[in-house]
Amino acid sequence: MTHSAISVENLGKRYRIQHGTAGYRTLRETLVEAAQAPIRMLRTSSVSARQQDFWALREVNLEVRAGEVIGLIGRNGAGKSTLLKILSRITKPTTGRATLNGRVGSLLEVGTGFHPELTGRENIYLNGAILGMSKHEISRKFDEIVDFAEVSQFLETPVKRYSSGMYVRLAFAVAAHLEPEILLVDEVLAVGDAAFQRKCLGKMGQVARQGRTVVVVSHNMAMVQNLCGRTVLIDQGTVKAVGPTRQVVEIYLREVGALAQTRLNDRTDRTGAAEVICTAIEILDGNGQPAPSSMSGSPLIARIHYESKLPRVFRNSRISLSVHKYDQVYFLMSTELVDSTELTLRRRGYMDFIVPELPLSVGEYSLHSFIESNGVVQDWVIGAAQLSVVDGDFYGTGRNYPAGWEGRGVLVRHSWRHVDGQPELQSILEA
Amino acid sequence: MTAISHSAELLHKKLKTVIVPDSGWQSVNIQELWRFRGLLYFLVWRDIKVRYKQTVLGAAWALLQPLMIMLVFTVFLGVMAKVPAANDPVFVYAGVLSWTLFATAMTNASTSLINSERLITKVYFPRLAIPLSAVGSAVLDFFVASLLLVSMMIWRGVLPGVGILMAPVVFGLIVVAAAGMGTWLSALTAAYRDFRYVVPFLMQFWLFATPVVYSRPPSDASFWLQTLIAINPMSGLIGSFRAAMLNEPIPWRLLGIAASTVAVLFVAGCFYFRRVEDTFADVL
Repeated sequence: MTHSAISVENLGKRYRIQHGTAGYRTLRETLVEAAQAPIRMLRTSSVSARQQDFWALREVNLEVRAGEVIGLIGRNGAGKSTLLKILSRITKPTTGRATLNGRVGSLLEVGTGFHPELTGRENIYLNGAILGMSKHEISRKFDEIVDFAEVSQFLETPVKRYSSGMYVRLAFAVAAHLEPEILLVDEVLAVGDAAFQRKCLGKMGQVARQGRTVVVVSHNMAMVQNLCGRTVLIDQGTVKAVGPTRQVVEIYLREVGALAQTRLNDRTDRTGAAEVICTAIEILDGNGQPAPSSMSGSPLIARIHYESKLPRVFRNSRISLSVHKYDQVYFLMSTELVDSTELTLRRRGYMDFIVPELPLSVGEYSLHSFIESNGVVQDWVIGAAQLSVVDGDFYGTGRNYPAGWEGRGVLVRHSWRHVDGQPELQSILEA
Repeated sequence: MTAISHSAELLHKKLKTVIVPDSGWQSVNIQELWRFRGLLYFLVWRDIKVRYKQTVLGAAWALLQPLMIMLVFTVFLGVMAKVPAANDPVFVYAGVLSWTLFATAMTNASTSLINSERLITKVYFPRLAIPLSAVGSAVLDFFVASLLLVSMMIWRGVLPGVGILMAPVVFGLIVVAAAGMGTWLSALTAAYRDFRYVVPFLMQFWLFATPVVYSRPPSDASFWLQTLIAINPMSGLIGSFRAAMLNEPIPWRLLGIAASTVAVLFVAGCFYFRRVEDTFADVL
């Protein structure tokens, strides 16, 4: 089973961005457009819209062995999804070629083609057919799908009456029972509750053990490490690293950290409506002076600058800042957690998060910024800034942590009390 | 694909997919379309199911539309404007019925791609399945509405002759004509949203240019008028459908011209569709 399942040679995808019109057009359409210039002239006054090439992927080479589970990671907009779209034949490459050996199933979105008016039963058939299953195949797996989704009582209910959890469960269940030899998955596990996510992960692992080839795009490093033997890091449309997952994830995390050097304002790897965005993060010491590095146990102010290009008022807003290391969250600060007064954002301003004593030990940490307004995610940047911590006298004893504990976990102020002599057990275990 | 044929296929050879950049003009991959016939069926089924669930009248709409048009034409054109033959409801309904088949199928198909944006940007399947399934649901409407034609013929005592054997052929040609125009327009609408406004206008224009409520123009009409009528494949098709159903002489010459026009239209439509197919996910 060492033959290749997917072989990608020199793959490239160019988008031609036209300023002034929405969406992308290819060269060929531009030619067609020239022929139909009179019609278009009615709509847009400037026919010669300025064009700009953008290579979403460039010279990508990749070999995936049959039976391998491989992860695709990278920042938002790096080209992971474009690669997956080309492999699923949704869009064509501009250069190069890709060869896939085996029946391909792709899952770029959970519940594609679900119709709200149709019942659960009807949607299982419809969605199955869209994903490439035959009617016979769906009938054969129908009970299994219903069991997996835990919706048996609601089979005859239109899915518009489903809770979002049920909807997602049903949608994933159909997809999970697709039996392709090559499965392409894009971030679908980011949905659903934790229990169901575990169930899906289990199902995917099972699929992998059956000797199928799986390509997973994910931002969830824990999932990638759990599932994938090898991982590909994609950055600005090229393959930056391929190798054992552990190593590649480390490279990625280092890079996310290094990115914080570039101006936050210019970053494109952000998620959200972007009507109001985080433009800069400053790390200040207790006196409000910029601090290149912060000290354990000392006060720290994290200042998040935001700006909106719209003359709009963003009511009911929430700004958060979370501190991460090795893709694990250490702690989170969020406006609504500590104060329930409504936060309203206008054109520009900044939010200070004031930490009286920094509970982190020596090391480099990554800050993720998040702005939300009225339940709409406005801006979410992973690795928006870097926090560099040096050892300080957190406990006031001149001692820090045992060797090997640097940068691990948070520091918690604590004390102790010692009783000498006959112990009196307080716990219930006494009996 | 049944489970057995699927595993047999696995034994014989692995399915191999080669993805390369656009290679220009290409013909329709009938084999692939056949493999996805299940999807085609489910897409038609979805359209119909959803329409029946969303509307109170459901299937009755398929009947009401041509019926109302027929009434309007019979009363205003036939009785009031005294257009010859337009006062015969059976004559008018046969024309309106076949025209409705063409118009609905083509209009549905033309907007089908932009209405399926989510599907196209998230899953692969032969894109031709989308406009074709839109034609499919119009065909079903046609069958429902035909029941009324049959009832009217019984009521008026109109007996079909041997010509009725031609009715399925003419019906097939109308469907192919709608599919050809529909695929063409769906691809154009995807690239240029202007066509969303062009299509309704085109249909109105086309309706008046086609002898739906009037008979063929007098044979002493000018050469240019004759040519114009012959070029419009719908005049031959609607006339032939009516003739086949109502036991009138079939206009063979017009039908022949229409059949060749339809064939060219369909092939050209499919080729154009295939040519731009790969860009749909990028432009939608």
